[in-house]
Amino acid sequence: MDLYAEEILDHYKHPRHFGHLDDPSLVYHDRNPLCGDEITLELKIEDGKVADVAFTGHGCAISRAAASMMSEEIVGKSLDELKGWDKESIMDLLGIEVGPVRIKCALLPLKAMKAAVWGLAEDE
Amino acid sequence: MSHSESHTPDSGDTKCAPTRALDVETIRAEFPILQRRIHGLPLVYLDNAATSQKPRSVIDALTRYYEQTNANVHRGVHTLSEEATAQYEGARAKVSTFINATCPKEVIWTRNASEALNVVAYSWGRANLKRGDHVLLTEMEHHSNIVPWQILAAERGIELDFVRVADDGTLMLDNLNKLLTSRTRLFGFTYMSNVVGTINPVKELTLAAHKVGALVLLDACQAVPHMPVDAQALDVDFLAFSGHKMLGPTGIGVLWGRRELLNAMPPFMGGGDMIREVHLSGFKSSELPWKFEAGTPAIAQAIGLGAAVDYLSQVGMDAIHQAERELTAYALQRLPEVKGLRILGPSADKRGGLVAFTLEAAHPHDIAAVLDNLGIAIRAGHHCAQPLHERFNIPASARASFYLYNTREEVDLLVKGLHKVVEMFTF
Ligand SMILES: Cc1ncc(COP(=O)(O)O)c(C=O)c1O
Repeated sequence: MDLYAEEILDHYKHPRHFGHLDDPSLVYHDRNPLCGDEITLELKIEDGKVADVAFTGHGCAISRAAASMMSEEIVGKSLDELKGWDKESIMDLLGIEVGPVRIKCALLPLKAMKAAVWGLAEDE
Repeated sequence: MSHSESHTPDSGDTKCAPTRALDVETIRAEFPILQRRIHGLPLVYLDNAATSQKPRSVIDALTRYYEQTNANVHRGVHTLSEEATAQYEGARAKVSTFINATCPKEVIWTRNASEALNVVAYSWGRANLKRGDHVLLTEMEHHSNIVPWQILAAERGIELDFVRVADDGTLMLDNLNKLLTSRTRLFGFTYMSNVVGTINPVKELTLAAHKVGALVLLDACQAVPHMPVDAQALDVDFLAFSGHKMLGPTGIGVLWGRRELLNAMPPFMGGGDMIREVHLSGFKSSELPWKFEAGTPAIAQAIGLGAAVDYLSQVGMDAIHQAERELTAYALQRLPEVKGLRILGPSADKRGGLVAFTLEAAHPHDIAAVLDNLGIAIRAGHHCAQPLHERFNIPASARASFYLYNTREEVDLLVKGLHKVVEMFTF
């Protein structure tokens, strides 16, 4: 079935960057109370770029796969670039059609990441 | 309906007369939507606790009304308005009989159960509750029987207490006499939980509440569609339910209340229809039931609900309840075959026609999405009962809920689908 393409299931079962960083520059926690999806995103920032990332939390396959795929993708990216990310950035990564109900699941990691990078910029 | 006409009456020689079995094939043929295919497969509709499907007779009643009768009610002297008024009030009388109210005046139309519960909180609550008064609810309530009281608590300084839920999904009643005190003014609880399926002992709880002088507000949203409900015999003071969960249209619900209570309550909303007289200096409320029905009501929907009640009565509420119990017992027996499946709620004898569960391997959203691809509609989420999910330490659950048109074969398909979910998500 489309929603659960091989790659999505693979990221769900074997999430990349799952866990914690030793010394994160910032940590952002977010949740989707309606379905109980939860994510804690940790970013290590060096020279204005993402040096490393880790996430923990629980949720459906879509939100977890999105977090895993996003984590792989953002390493090495500059904060400025990440600030420009939007819904389409995540949809391109997932490569599946997500309906109006599940879209919240797919976008939770993005929400956390954007809050983190904007929050960091404000502090600096 | 042919199936009820062709049925022979109970022979009467057995002590407990068998309720007549449902003719599910005939019933299914009367619900046009059950012919639909979803992703190329026959629809297996197991989300009846959210809303039910509609039989042809209800759909026809709506169409007939709009094609032949449409007019505003209580306002015109022309033929259409008189006919519309007669049909609209006729539907009220049908619902009144269906729940055995003492009289149709006690049947207040609302948009849904949520609005009915809100009328009690806003109208009765505001007029009768003061700082320090207590309202007792339960941990298994739907949000619509919690939030109105929380709003009132913030506004009035009343206290809310909760009967807790045991591990098996039944109410913990050991300390009920500590929770029901002379300061408890109202006990609001659900007849049947929309998550754990528990059917609560309404008469026992009502007796206990009345002993301390508290009124009883019964959320009968999951009961009226599925079993015989007799408002007078239950002896509750208010009772709320939604039309759309009992084969009727959306946009119509009912608050039933004891007449003397309703008479003493202030109107809920102001506007047309709810007044007897209006002057620039003030207004006089209309009498029951219109006092609580400001503005042009959901006329077609009320008439549609009348048709739904006709349908349910012809099939027989005892028969429906019995069939659902059997189907649920079958589901409870089969579901544990699925690896890592945990059922929420009590054994079959204590519950109505729904089963909520979790799977170790997959989040409820994923369960529902995979099943949808197999044509099976179930609910995933917290089902508007977040406190109950917190009680069980889970963010969400999946729920299959049954109605008179569901079959054992559909339960088999559900189980088969769940095996597939486990296979997909296990690693
Ligand atoms: C027990 C219970 N109470 C209240 C409601 C609210 O019904 P409605 O959304 O039709 O107002 C529901 C249905 O969702 C329910 O299951």
